[in-house]
Amino acid sequence: MHLLTLIFKNTFRHTLRTSLTILGIAIVILAFGLLRTVVSAWYAGVEASSANRLVTRNSISLVFSLPISYKEKIRQIPGVKIVSYGNWFGGIYIDEKNFFANFAVEPKSYLELYPEYVLLPDQRAVFLRDRKAAIAGEKLATKYGWELGDTITLKGTIFPGNWEFVLRGVYRGRDKSTDETQFFFHWDYLNEAIKKTMPLRADQTGFYLVGITSPDLAEEVAIALDTTFKNSLAETLTETEKAFQMSFVSMSEAIVVAIQMVSFVVIVIIMAVLANTMAMTARERIGEYAVFKTLGFGGRHIAALIFGESLFIAMIGCAIGIVCTFPIAKVFGKTMGAYFPVFHVSMATICLDVAAALLVGMIAAIFPTWRAVRIRIADGLRRIG
Amino acid sequence: MEHKAPLVEIKNLNKSYRRGNQIIPVLENITFAIEEGEFLALMGPSGSGKSTLLNLIAGIDKSDSGTITVGGIDITVLSEAELAQWRAANVGFIFQFYNLIPVLTALGNVELPLLLTHLSRKERKEHAEAALRIVNLSDRMSHYPSQLSGGQQQRVAIARAIVTDPAILVADEPTGDLDRVSAKEILELMGRLNAELGKTIIMVTHDPHAAEKAHIIRHLEKGIFNASPHAHL
Repeated sequence: MHLLTLIFKNTFRHTLRTSLTILGIAIVILAFGLLRTVVSAWYAGVEASSANRLVTRNSISLVFSLPISYKEKIRQIPGVKIVSYGNWFGGIYIDEKNFFANFAVEPKSYLELYPEYVLLPDQRAVFLRDRKAAIAGEKLATKYGWELGDTITLKGTIFPGNWEFVLRGVYRGRDKSTDETQFFFHWDYLNEAIKKTMPLRADQTGFYLVGITSPDLAEEVAIALDTTFKNSLAETLTETEKAFQMSFVSMSEAIVVAIQMVSFVVIVIIMAVLANTMAMTARERIGEYAVFKTLGFGGRHIAALIFGESLFIAMIGCAIGIVCTFPIAKVFGKTMGAYFPVFHVSMATICLDVAAALLVGMIAAIFPTWRAVRIRIADGLRRIG
Repeated sequence: MEHKAPLVEIKNLNKSYRRGNQIIPVLENITFAIEEGEFLALMGPSGSGKSTLLNLIAGIDKSDSGTITVGGIDITVLSEAELAQWRAANVGFIFQFYNLIPVLTALGNVELPLLLTHLSRKERKEHAEAALRIVNLSDRMSHYPSQLSGGQQQRVAIARAIVTDPAILVADEPTGDLDRVSAKEILELMGRLNAELGKTIIMVTHDPHAAEKAHIIRHLEKGIFNASPHAHL
């Protein structure tokens, strides 16, 4: 017999009450884990950003384009290693509900800038060679059952018309945070078509992607780049890829803050529930604690019994919640794939789950312990019988 | 001839309780001694202060003034932590309602006080088994309190009280919740512990039959001993 045995046996003295409390904690940990994963998914683009990449766009707005002639000037700026460019295409696949990001990019420089998009060498070669070629992320291709050689038609919104592409490659993400739901095709293919139908919009690009030699040069290069095009017809705004991605997230920051608040509120709620359970437990056992004290057990032993039980309940609930988080997150990620291309439960989220459960277990035990330790033995013994 | 000091020596002991602004005296200027190996019964009507006196001697309550010396140690000056250690080593408790832990078996309940010692798991088990043998419950070691009769539960409580081999056993109405047959068995067991193991027993009781088992009976009334001790040998 050991105090741990007693903690274990005490935990299941009221099976129904303990089970319901554990269930409550499991649901809260599940909800907390999912909400934290949603928040992480929101920042996935930011997290996936490289410190070696800058994004240059029209200083007025992302809606306005930049002349393709800027490319060479940008390349000449000290610290610039590689320059790529592209357009948000905004094409619709069959129906508007089938949303995915699709870009017209300069393929060679783009793939060099984004080594996290892993493409087989033969697929890469064909993609670079064929002007009508496109590549898609593995998740996207799987979702729509695309195979290499398939013709994929996107209905243009920004660039009207039906646009046909031949799938020549399927990329995989190098990291878990890499978005595998994007679609890329040749900027030249887009530009040549525009030249025929909307010549005024030709030779314009939506953004430049600038690879720099060292992250330390980011600010210096950005200033130099924007200074180069100062007082031109299309002034530029250059920022790190992270800052660029953050500008999108910050547009919806209120929602993220609300989700974060809800995730903490559920923790506070379950803290109150467990505290209530532990308070009831301690009140019922106050006579027993008096007996323990009579036998010579001190306050730390009583505290160990109550804290042990509270933490045990919290950790069982936490374990069940974490185990359930993975399959539910998988289903959630699949369902919401269009909005959250990267949706996986991170180790940081699991650590937060455990920390939250530990915190709940500890805080819930404080008041009952305080009461049990303070009670006079004679008063506690009077509660029996 | 050398005079042996009493095991328990109480001098000018006072205890009162506060109810609102009113101070209610419970024990007034109590002075007496208990010899080692004595079996003392404390009797008196409800509210006479006998349980309070027992609690003070056992170190689970604090007096207002006076001294209680047990085995040469004045327990009135000990801190809570020191008192807890002192109780664990020197006093065995027998309660009216047994006060066993319901989720522990008879063996687990008896082993409980030994968790505070440095004994190994095996030694603790051996000691607890020995204590249960003394109270004739070897065949009920793995039973939970709910599976035992009142008398058997009280015997488990007695085994728990003696497992650390304390000098003093304090019993508060040990037969108060038992039928006549079980009460007799418990009193006989306590008598045996006193006679054979030399335990000093201080028992609070309402029951004159139970008190008859004691060597000495003292009557408390309104916090004062109302007569000389009555020897009952």
